[in-house]
Amino acid sequence: MMELMTTAFATALLAGAVTAGVPLLLAGLGEQMSQKSGVLNIGLEGMMLAGAYAAFVAALGTGDPWWGFAAGMVAGMGIAALMALLAVCLGLNQIVIGIALLLGVEGATAILHHLAFATTYPRLPPAPSWALPGLSHLPVVGPALFDRSPVVYAAVALVAVMVWIDRRTGFGLSLRAAGEHPSALDAAGGSVVRTRVAAVLAAGAGAGLGGAFMVIVGAGIFVPFMTNGAGFIAIVLAMLARGRPLMVLCGALLFGACLSATTALQVAGIDAPTDVVQMLPFAAVLLVLAIFGQGGALPAALGEAWTRGNPLGK
Amino acid sequence: MTHPVYADATPLVSLAGIRKSYGAVRALDDVDVDFRAGEVHVLLGENGAGKSTLAAILAGVQQPDGGRILLDGTERRIASPRDAMDSGIGVVFQHAQLVPSLSLVDNIALGGPWWQTPQRARIAQRMREADARIGGTGRLDPFARAGALSLGERQRAQIVRALMRDSRLLVLDEPTSMLTPEAAADLVRLMRRLADDAARPLGIVFVTHRLDEALDCGDRITVLRGGRKAGELRPGADMTRDTARDTLLGMMFSGGLAQAPTIAASLPAASAAPVLEVQRLSIADADPPLRDVTLTVRAGEIVGIAGIDGNGQRELAEALAGQRPFDAGDILLCGASVRGLGVAARYKRGLRYASDDRHGEGTVSALSIGLNLLIKRIGDAPFWRGGMEKLAAVDAHARQAIEAFDIRAQGPRTLAGHLSGGNLQKVMLARELDGAARAIVFAKPTHGLDVRSAAACHARIRAAAAAGLAVVLISTDLDEIVALSQQIVVMAGGRIVARIPGGEGAHAAVGRAISRSEDLSAGGLQDRSFGEAS
Repeated sequence: MMELMTTAFATALLAGAVTAGVPLLLAGLGEQMSQKSGVLNIGLEGMMLAGAYAAFVAALGTGDPWWGFAAGMVAGMGIAALMALLAVCLGLNQIVIGIALLLGVEGATAILHHLAFATTYPRLPPAPSWALPGLSHLPVVGPALFDRSPVVYAAVALVAVMVWIDRRTGFGLSLRAAGEHPSALDAAGGSVVRTRVAAVLAAGAGAGLGGAFMVIVGAGIFVPFMTNGAGFIAIVLAMLARGRPLMVLCGALLFGACLSATTALQVAGIDAPTDVVQMLPFAAVLLVLAIFGQGGALPAALGEAWTRGNPLGK
Repeated sequence: MTHPVYADATPLVSLAGIRKSYGAVRALDDVDVDFRAGEVHVLLGENGAGKSTLAAILAGVQQPDGGRILLDGTERRIASPRDAMDSGIGVVFQHAQLVPSLSLVDNIALGGPWWQTPQRARIAQRMREADARIGGTGRLDPFARAGALSLGERQRAQIVRALMRDSRLLVLDEPTSMLTPEAAADLVRLMRRLADDAARPLGIVFVTHRLDEALDCGDRITVLRGGRKAGELRPGADMTRDTARDTLLGMMFSGGLAQAPTIAASLPAASAAPVLEVQRLSIADADPPLRDVTLTVRAGEIVGIAGIDGNGQRELAEALAGQRPFDAGDILLCGASVRGLGVAARYKRGLRYASDDRHGEGTVSALSIGLNLLIKRIGDAPFWRGGMEKLAAVDAHARQAIEAFDIRAQGPRTLAGHLSGGNLQKVMLARELDGAARAIVFAKPTHGLDVRSAAACHARIRAAAAAGLAVVLISTDLDEIVALSQQIVVMAGGRIVARIPGGEGAHAAVGRAISRSEDLSAGGLQDRSFGEAS
C-alpha cells in the first residue's frame, strides 16, 4: 500500500477532488440559497445538465470557453425560471415540478446531442488556467489548487459572498424568513414570491455554471446524462450544511475526492473494479447522512407553496 | 371613557358594505364599520362571525369581494400587507407573525431594502424607545430570538414594531385568546394607554370573543354574527354594565334576523323510552379531555348541546359515532352497550352521525352521490353481490334519496365534489336518516349554509324527531339550539356545565351559562403559545 502515498497519487487525488468538487460547490451553494428561501429545488440536476449542454455548444461554436460558461449559467437560469414560474408563482408542487424538469432536460439534451454530435463527438480545447504566482510551484497543492481555471477561484470566493449575504444584507434576512415563516415576511412588507424567485434563479445560475465547469474544465466533451447524480449530491450537501456555506465547501471537496477516486486509483496503479469505485460517492452520501443527517434543522416551510391568505401557509 | 373631541373627526378607516365569501361560505356580508383615532373599538362575536376576516382585510391579507374601504375619507384598496403598513395600519396577528429563528431586531429589519445591511444597533435603540413609550421597563431584549419569547412578549414586540412604523390604527386579532388572565389585563391597559395618548392618539381595533373584555375596554363595540353586523354599542354612563351585557348577549346570539323560535310542539311523554344513553363518558386523550358526560335522549326528543366551539363537542360526537374510543363510562343504544362497535356496526344498529366536516369526513368528493349514500355500508346487498357493485341498485337507491331530500343534482352519478354545501348536507342527511335509524347526532348542521338551506335542514331535524328518533343537536348557534331543542346542555372544558329545559327563557339562560363557563375556562387556555410557531 506504500505506493498510494506517492506525490503523483496525492496530486491526482487533490486535483480530481477540485475538478469534481467545484460543480458540486457551485450547485450546492445555489441550492442552499433556494432551500433557505423554502424551495426544495429537486430539478437541480436538470439545471446542471442544461448548463453543461449549453456550455458545450457555445464553447464549441465560439471557440471561447468564457462564452461557454456564460451560456451554461443562462441555460441553468432558464430552467430555474420555469421552476420559479410553476412552483413559486403558481404554487404547484415543488417536488413534482422539479422531477418533471429534470426528466425533460435529460431527454432534451440527449436528443439534441444525438442529432448534432452523435457521429462526430467533438472535443473542446483544454480550458485556460491561471497560475497564482508563488503558490503554483508548491509541491502537490501547487498544481492541484493554484494552477486552475479562474472559475475555481470564483467558486471559493462565492462562499464568502454567500456568508456576507446571509449576515449583512436585507436579502439574507428575507431568505430566512421566506423559508421559516413566509407569512411573517409578507406581514413585514417583504415579498415572499420575489425572494423565492431570486433564490431559485441563483440556484439555476450556480447549477448551470457547475454543469459548464464539468464540460469545459472537467470532461472537455458532452455526454448525455453526464451529471450522473451530481445535482442530487449537491442537494444533499446543501441540506447537510444546515445553512452554512463553508460546510458546502467542505462537503463538496469530500464528495469530489470520492468522485475522482477512480482516476486517482488508476494513476496509483491500484486495480480496483470500476463499479465498486464508482459506488464510492453514493456510499459516502449514505454514510454521511447516517452520521450527520439526524435532527437536521431544515427551514420550517421548506417545500411548501405559499400564497397570501391561505390558512395553511402560515 | 369616550373622547367627544374625536367623535366627529373623519374616521381613520371606514368600511362600507364589505362582503367576503370563501367558496360557498359567506364570511362577511354587507358590513359597515368606522374606526377612529383615540377610540378602542371592539369587534365582538362568536367563532366564525367574521371578525378575523375583517381584521385580515384591514391587514391587506384578504381582499374583499365587494364594498368600499376609505382611508381618511378617501376610497382606497389595501392591496397587500405592505400597503396596509404604508397606510398606517399596524396589525398584531393571532399567531404572531415573527420568524422564530430570527432576533427581534432582525424581525423588525425584515422587509427593508434587500441590498442594505440592517442597522441593528439603531433599530435596537429605536425599539427600546418605542417600548419605553408604551411603559416598557427594558424587559424586551431586542436581540432575543423571537421563538424563545413568551406569546405575550411576542405580541408586545409586534406592537412595538407597529409603533416604530408610525401606525395610526392598530389592529389586534384575538390577542388575549392565548394569554394568561394577568397578561390579558396588561394588554387591555396598554390598548387604553395607546388610545389615550394625548400627543398621538391611536385608533385601536380589538378583536375578541369575550364579552367582559369588550365591556372592560371598548369605547365602541361592534357585534358580528354569522358575517353580518348585528349591532353597535357605546357603553356609557347612562347604561349599567348588566344592561350593556344583556344587550350585547342579545346581539351576539339573536342578531337582526328574527327567526321565529318554534318550540317543537310534540314534547315526548316523560315515559317514552330512552333510546340513547351516555353514562359518565370520559376520554382522557382529547383536547380538552372529556369528563363524566351523561346524557339521556328519549325517542322523539331533541337534546341541544350548546357551547363555544372546541369544548369537547366534537370528541363527544365522535365517541358516539364510533370514530373515537373512550376510556370510561358507556354508551347505550336502546339499552344495549355499543362499546367496541365500529362505525359501520353502529350505523347498522341505527346510531347515526351527520358530521360538521361535510367535505372532509362527511363525503368523498371524487365519488358519486349514489356511492356517498352507501359509504357506511360498502359491500352490503343488494348494492353489492359477490363483491360486484350493482349499479342499477345503487342508482335506484340514489334516485329515491334525490327525490325525497330534494337534492339538486343532475343525477345519481353526479360527483359529490360538484355539489353545493346545502346539497351536500342533504346527501349526508339522506344517508344518516336512511333505513332503521334510531338515534342521530347532528354536528353544526347549518354551519356555512345559506338561510334557505338552513331552514330546510331544520325541518329535516324536526321531522326526524317527530318520526320517533332520538336527536342530539350540537351547535354553536344559540338560536338554532333554542328553536329546536326540548332540553339543552352547555358544554365547557369537556364537561357538561349546565342543563336547561327548552322553551321560554332558555335563550338568556343558555347565553349566561356560556359566558360564565368561558370566564372559568379562560385560565385553562394559557401557554398553548408554542404550538403555533412552525
